[in-house]
This record gives sequence, structure tokens and C-alpha cells, in this order.
Amino acid sequence: MNTSIGLVFFVGAIGLTAIGIAGMVLSNHLFRMVLALAIAEAGANLLLILAGFRWDAVAPILSNSEVAQSMVDPVPQAMVLTAIVIGVGVQALALSLVIRVRQRYGTLDMQEARQRMQDDLDAAAGVTPSRSRQQPAGERLLPVPDATVETGGRHD
Amino acid sequence: MRSLATVLFLGGLVFLLAVLTETLSFGNPPMLVGDAIQRTAVNDVGAANLVTAVVLGYRGLDTLGELSILFAAATAGGLVLGAARAGSRQRPGGFILCAGADLLFPLLLVVGLYIVMHGHLTPGGGFQGGVVLAAAFFLPLLARPTETLSHTWLSVVEGMAGTAFIAIGMLALFRGEAFLAPLFDKGVFGELVSSGSLPLLYLAVGLKVGSELASLLSRLASDDEMTS
Amino acid sequence: MIWLAAALVAFTLGAALAVLLFDNLLAAVAAASVVSLGVSLMFVMLQAPDVAMTEAAVGAGLSSLILALALRRLGLVNLDLKADGGDSDA
Repeated sequence: MNTSIGLVFFVGAIGLTAIGIAGMVLSNHLFRMVLALAIAEAGANLLLILAGFRWDAVAPILSNSEVAQSMVDPVPQAMVLTAIVIGVGVQALALSLVIRVRQRYGTLDMQEARQRMQDDLDAAAGVTPSRSRQQPAGERLLPVPDATVETGGRHD
Repeated sequence: MRSLATVLFLGGLVFLLAVLTETLSFGNPPMLVGDAIQRTAVNDVGAANLVTAVVLGYRGLDTLGELSILFAAATAGGLVLGAARAGSRQRPGGFILCAGADLLFPLLLVVGLYIVMHGHLTPGGGFQGGVVLAAAFFLPLLARPTETLSHTWLSVVEGMAGTAFIAIGMLALFRGEAFLAPLFDKGVFGELVSSGSLPLLYLAVGLKVGSELASLLSRLASDDEMTS
Repeated sequence: MIWLAAALVAFTLGAALAVLLFDNLLAAVAAASVVSLGVSLMFVMLQAPDVAMTEAAVGAGLSSLILALALRRLGLVNLDLKADGGDSDA
């Protein structure tokens, strides 16, 4: 009974972190990436507080009672206090950058914005923009293969 | 391809975290530092809230680092977003919003200052109270979007509060102790005026965080040509 | 006690999945604030009232406010309001 409640909380914390990181990597929209970052931070903070928990302990606030009760660890709580506030600062900065990307490139889709940024960089460097990842950037284009050449000889 | 790599990465990450948490004995942490702090915090710092004693007394340098990170994020955000202009295209809020904002503003101020000043006695402190103060200053902007906050005054308050924090820390340095060591008399345990310089430090933190976040919110809420 | 913890964890994980799966971005912001609420309640259960207060104020309050303001500034707010003066079909 005692270990299963710990298991429940740990599953929750690790699940939140995994969902947040999955959202950041797999999403195509820049705004959803910032939302996933917020979830991953919440999961990580929960994991830190879980490391300081003690059975049958009270919150780390001294009262005027004479009996000394066992308390939860106050050091991870101080660290998480700092981490939560830093997290919101990072989210605010990320949102400012997202707003700026939208102002400059007009799109929030990640592939589109990345393509336009690359075009801007190529134009600034004086290089011909490459249209595909396999095509080399430069003057000489590879010949486009004809559609009628390879049939494989399987038609009947 | 990206999905496959992500699934592998996430599987590895979950496995790593599961193994790490397996080695933690949940519910029985060793707590060497925590127990020592619980025994000696009353004599060293004199605060009833042990988390405040750790945040401002034992790990005050971390709080200074957090303040500078928040300052950097708010400054960089303000730089990226540009100057704040009044939302000229928005209608003022209806009667409920205006009346509610006028009633809530003094209430939020009182609650925010209460949370800040009682940080060493009850759960609370500079950061929580600072967020409530920022909300107090931002709420009238939601009701009447054509007004702006005076960013000059906000910057002055923020700068002076940050300087006060560092100045109190350096006062300890001039006395021959460590930087940001708790100063002044510890007072009676459990009183509002107790635990030395901790309420002053939290007051500086609360004002700094409040003005920074209010300025950031007001910049975010201002219009540019994209909003309809 | 364990059922309360299990219900809270399930609620928070469901809201976290909803953040990634909703199409409407305003709904996703609301789901993110629900995640913060769930995490704050878990902090209360773990005897950390200071952290719970900070998470509630910052996560469910300030972070959601910043996200919603940024949504409005990005022009991505979709409010399906019926035109003024229109009642439900009677």
C-alpha cells in the first residue's frame, strides 16, 4: 500500500515529462511547442518534490507547539520554488520569439518558417536557394529523370 | 522517421527515469541537510517557514540568480516585442469588467502585500505575492484597454527593488559576514517583525517580481497590426 | 488515499494529452492551466504548501494569462460566437 502510492505519483511525474517532451519534438506548430514545454516543466518539478517526501510528515513550517514533528525536506521545495518562476520567465521569452517569427515570416508552421528562414539566409549569403535536401546548392542542377524511362518490364 | 526516433528517445528517457526513481527510497529520504536545517533554523535565522529560511537564508545566492534570470527574460521579451502601444482597436470592457476591476484592484493589492510580508511565517513570500501584485496592476488594463501603464515608473520600482536586495546583501558583507547572511536581530519567534532582514529581502523580491511581470504583461497585451 | 492520488494523476495526464490533441489553441491553453491545477493539488497532497501556492499562482494564473495574451496577439483566437441578435432556432 505504501509503495503503490509512490508508484502512482512517479508514473504521473514521468508521464507528464514524457508527454511534454513528446509534444515538443513531434508538434508542427510553434505555439504548441511552448505549451508542451510548460507541461514538461510541471512534470520535472513534480519529480523533484517527490524526492523529498516523507511518510507521516507535515509541511516544513514550524509552529508554536512543543512536540517536534518530522517534516518533509525543505531543500527540494526551495529549489522548485525557483524553478517554477524561472519556467514562467522562459515561457514568456519563448512567446515573444514566437510572436516575432509570426511578424517576420507570416507563418507558425515549423517547416514553413524554417524554409523561409533558410531562404533568407541563402539570399543574404548570395547562394542560390536549394529547393530540396538532396539537391546541392549551387549552379549546376542534376537532370530531372524522365517519367517514361523506367518501367521495369512487368507490364503485360 | 522522426516519429520512430522520438518513440525510441522517449522509451529510453522513461526507462532512465524509472530506473532512477527505483533507486530512490520513496518516503524515506536520507535528508541529512534537511534535518540539520530543521534543527538549527530557529537559532540561525528565526523564521517559522523553513522554506523561506532556505530560500533567503541558506541559499540566498540562488534567489539572486533567479532574480537575474527573471530580469533577463523580461528585458529580452520587452526588447523583442517592441514598445507598448495602447490597444486602440479594442472596445472597453462592459460594466461588469470595469466595476469588477475597480473593486478587485485594492483587494489584490492588500492580498499581495499580505502574502509578501508574511512570507517568513506562513506559506507565501515574495514570488507568490509578486505574481498577485502583477495581476493587480494588470487587471485595469484588461477592463480599459485604451490606457497604458507607465513603464517608466515600473522600471524605476524594479531597479530600486533589485538594488535594495543587493544592498542588503552587501551590508552583511561590510559587517564581516558572508554575502546575504541574515542580519539584524532575530526577534521573537512567530511575530511579524522577526527573523531580521528576511521580510525586507522578500519585500524587495515581491516588488521586483511584481513590477517586472506587470510590465511584461502590458507589453504582451498591447496591439500590433496582426490582431483584429 | 491512494484512490484520490490515482484520480488526480489520471486527471492531470488526461489534460496533458488534451493539450497536444486539441485543435483549437484556446482550448489547449485552458487544458494547460488544468494541468497546472492538477499538479498544484498533487503538491498539496505531498505536504508542500509553499510550492502549491506558487504553482497555482504562476502556472494556473500567470502562465495561462501570458499564453492567452500571446494567442490574441498572434491572431489565432477562434471564438465561435453567434452573430449578435441571433437567438437559438426556435
